[in-house]
Amino acid sequence: MSSFTDYLLAFLIGGALCVIGQLLLSLTRLTAARILVIFVTAGVILTAVGLYGPLVEVGKAGATVPLTGFGYSLCKGAFEGVDKDGLLGAFTGGIKATAGGVTAAIVFGYLVSVIFTPKTKK
Amino acid sequence: MDTKRCGLQSLTFPSRPCILTSASISGPIEGQGPLGTHFDMVLDDDLWGEDTWEHAERKMYERAVRIACDKCDVLPENLGCLLGGDLLNQLISANFAARALKSPYLGLYGACSTMAESLLVGSVLVDGEYAKNVACCACSHFSTAERQYRFPLELGGQTTPSAQHTVTGAGCCILSANDCKNTSLPQTYKHLHTAGATIGKVKDMGITDANNMGAAMAPAAADTLTQLLTDFNEDISAFDLIITGDLGSFGTDLFRELMREANINVDDVHVDCGNMIYFERQKMDCGGSGCGCSAITLSGYLLKRMEAGDFKRAIFMATGALLSPDTTLQGDSIPSIAHAVIIERSE
Repeated sequence: MSSFTDYLLAFLIGGALCVIGQLLLSLTRLTAARILVIFVTAGVILTAVGLYGPLVEVGKAGATVPLTGFGYSLCKGAFEGVDKDGLLGAFTGGIKATAGGVTAAIVFGYLVSVIFTPKTKK
Repeated sequence: MDTKRCGLQSLTFPSRPCILTSASISGPIEGQGPLGTHFDMVLDDDLWGEDTWEHAERKMYERAVRIACDKCDVLPENLGCLLGGDLLNQLISANFAARALKSPYLGLYGACSTMAESLLVGSVLVDGEYAKNVACCACSHFSTAERQYRFPLELGGQTTPSAQHTVTGAGCCILSANDCKNTSLPQTYKHLHTAGATIGKVKDMGITDANNMGAAMAPAAADTLTQLLTDFNEDISAFDLIITGDLGSFGTDLFRELMREANINVDDVHVDCGNMIYFERQKMDCGGSGCGCSAITLSGYLLKRMEAGDFKRAIFMATGALLSPDTTLQGDSIPSIAHAVIIERSE
């Protein structure tokens, strides 16, 4: 039963974050690129002030998969880096923590662009 | 001096250059639209066997000119001049097509007003006896325009509801000093002439939203039409068709309202190519846009209706939003222009 509530909470929290993005796209004139930056930065700030951590505990992947989750990983990595390596860790920790996601994005983006050709929507 | 000039911004063409023939090529989506059966060619695939959409676009441009030239038995290299353009930086579609066509060529950029601008300049060349036959051609392609003006399709972005859909298509008209009644060629028009034109002024009402170009262009259309009526001292009732290029549904409402404010009611005679090119069920938001939109609607459909006698006197007024991707990014407002050409049907 607990796994069901996990799924449900992940769906609700992940869904809610995406609804915010969709509302920004539909109701404002912000471009997708700006919304992306806003989401990542918001994730960093919310994590730094301690609000995003609890959301991840409740929503799990629902909170870590959206773009704000990337900001969360960056911020958390920076904190951990400082704990381990001192001030230098603030510069290296974020990138270390997100290296997996960044590399995966490059690798899969590359593979997809090699395999597929974009087409005009019918 | 000034004998062919009329009023502040208008020109008359006393020799009445004839519109000898026209040709149109459309993309697959436009082919499924209400005008699909009227085009000379409808592409099954908007890549048209090429590597890139840019290559397909210039191929459309070249082919549209060739089809039009074939219809009136003129070789492209024997044209007095090829006029026109497209939406891409440095007019690559028109320039590269002109390389292959080998005709004397002047590239024109008027954004979506290019077809009207070409017909205007073409009529001047023919009426001024500087050219016997002039080809006026404009084209646009959805996927190349998205890449340049918005986002590349590879990004898979969403469009906003006020956005219009760039038409994939190329339209070409041949203007001629010949007496069109005496030609025996089957696919030529026998009754269509350009009688006058109004050169538009750039208008800017401060709209900065590149996804709402209809609203940015409507004031330019209203200004040019009002000026045309003043310059020629004509009443709107003297025309039975007012064609705008691609105002779309938002822009059309605004244009009609602006005209009503000037005490001119165009509701009964006004059509917008952007509203004609797609069915509502095709869900193209605010309609079609791009210089191909007015080009193929005029060359593929409206000229044929005029030749058949459905309309006697029309104003073809294409509007253009003169923005660039950089001006949009830098937050500039959208300057717009509208040029008008009077097309008459003689008996």
